[in-house]
Amino acid sequence: MIVKLIEFIGAVTEKPVQGLGRIILLLFSTLKVMVRPPFEIGNIVRQMLEIGVNSLPVVLITAVFTGMVLALQSYTGFKRFGAEGLVGTVVALSMTRELGPVLSALIVTGRAGAAIAAELGTMRVTEQIDAMEAMAVNPVKYLIVPRFLSGMIMLPALTVVTDIVGIVGGYLVSVMLLGANAKPYMRATWDFLEVQDIYNGLIKACFFGAAFTLISCYKGFYTRGGAEGVGRATTGAVVFSSMTILISDYFLSTWLFK
Amino acid sequence: MIELRDIHKSFEGNYVLRGADLKVEKGESLVVIGGSGSGKSVLLKHIIGLLKPDRGTVVIDSTDLSLLDEEGLNEIRKKFGMLFQSAALFDSMKVWENVGFGLKRHTRMTAPEIKEVAVRKLRMVGLVGIEDEMPSELSGGMRKRVGLARAIAMEPEILLYDEPTTGLDPIMADAINELIIKMREKLKVTSVAITHDMKSAYKIADTIAMLYNGVIIDSGSPEEIQNTSNPVVRQFIEGRAKGPIVLEGIGK
Ligand SMILES: Nc1ncnc2c1ncn2[C@@H]1O[C@H](COP(=O)(O)OP(=O)(O)OP(=O)(O)O)[C@@H](O)[C@H]1O
Ligand SMILES: [Mg+2]
Repeated sequence: MIVKLIEFIGAVTEKPVQGLGRIILLLFSTLKVMVRPPFEIGNIVRQMLEIGVNSLPVVLITAVFTGMVLALQSYTGFKRFGAEGLVGTVVALSMTRELGPVLSALIVTGRAGAAIAAELGTMRVTEQIDAMEAMAVNPVKYLIVPRFLSGMIMLPALTVVTDIVGIVGGYLVSVMLLGANAKPYMRATWDFLEVQDIYNGLIKACFFGAAFTLISCYKGFYTRGGAEGVGRATTGAVVFSSMTILISDYFLSTWLFK
Repeated sequence: MIELRDIHKSFEGNYVLRGADLKVEKGESLVVIGGSGSGKSVLLKHIIGLLKPDRGTVVIDSTDLSLLDEEGLNEIRKKFGMLFQSAALFDSMKVWENVGFGLKRHTRMTAPEIKEVAVRKLRMVGLVGIEDEMPSELSGGMRKRVGLARAIAMEPEILLYDEPTTGLDPIMADAINELIIKMREKLKVTSVAITHDMKSAYKIADTIAMLYNGVIIDSGSPEEIQNTSNPVVRQFIEGRAKGPIVLEGIGK
């Protein structure tokens, strides 16, 4: 009975533990080759465009509507106890500390993370990664490092945009639709917002950017089993990255916002 | 010189190589024959270190690959050119960028210079005017030849060809055979080629080796192989369905 139980636990945890070990190994080899010249400038720029600029439209739409609904909901809610004056504060703090980094990370994961896993997965199953190795080019350096760096750089950048656009969305709904006064609303927005809030949000974003690119690269890089395998890698990358973002968000928040 | 000693390799319980030995002298052209799924491509990938043997050693020019770190392995790999069975072209790059990939990474040549070399190599494999196309726009045989142009682009000392003439029409196949012979005679390359095409094997080989059940069961000059008494090899080169090699499930 006990043996059965231990066997069961072993069988259930074997795959995830093995996967975690390999991700950590991949992280180390990424960091190791990252600091070694030649630096893949052209590749990095291409990935920054792919991950950052091409995600901008969806991120903008998400941000503006999130800011809007946030203002709407907190206005109607707060009105019950006469705290409408705090809507601006709530929107600003929620966007910078929480929703800006997390929402942009989730959106970018759905777009760019899936694309990374599908692209690397296809390259794996069609032996393009083997061909690269055979030509004495390190695929971690050529394929993974540029994506990893772009994720770490572009996600904070997108988060800045999300923060601003979300706050603007909240302002529009409050002032234009719900009839709040512009001046006090603005004051409520700025008075309680600290640089620390924005800054910590960006640290989170940087971490999320590193996490989703690393996970998506891992899923793609170790794809097996043809087109079906590529499909599995793509879904796996999105699910696993999203969960990592949401779970690590909690722990990063307890650590950053003491 | 290439030497494989007692190579064992299995994938999750599927034993593919069970002690394969192979030796290719400098400047020699070896052809490996064997049934579909017998492990020829797996064997070839061991020579360039893409697969690591479970047991046994791979020695290239008196260097044991298993003793090398990543950088050492890459230095050795620069001696090689490899044509993959599936061509394995980079589908995000144009044809000429594929051919010039190694030059771009490992030389100081400028883009126009690389393109010029790529166009010249493409011409050698009978492809003209397709350098700006994407691999996905090409036919299977054309992709194979782009892969061949990419393999020879760096003028390597050792060439590995995985089924160079599969998917080509007979005339083009013969032209590629001529090219392989020319590479050996003019550039003195050492080569290992896999093929199912016995006509091509007799033409390009100094030595033919047959892989069967995970080991090299017979090897010799084309004449020796043609006159071998080994019943397995006889059946294979004569292309008979009946004999010691049993095709499971077919015709039963
Ligand atoms: N990366 C891999 N993972 C798991 N199994 C593999 C892998 N590569 C090859 N195999 C298995 O090894 C065996 C031999 O494959 P290989 O591609 O070497 O055959 P082959 O002799 O080249 O056949 P063909 O003439 O059809 O190309 C097959 O059973 C294949 O399924
Ligand atoms: Mg093969």
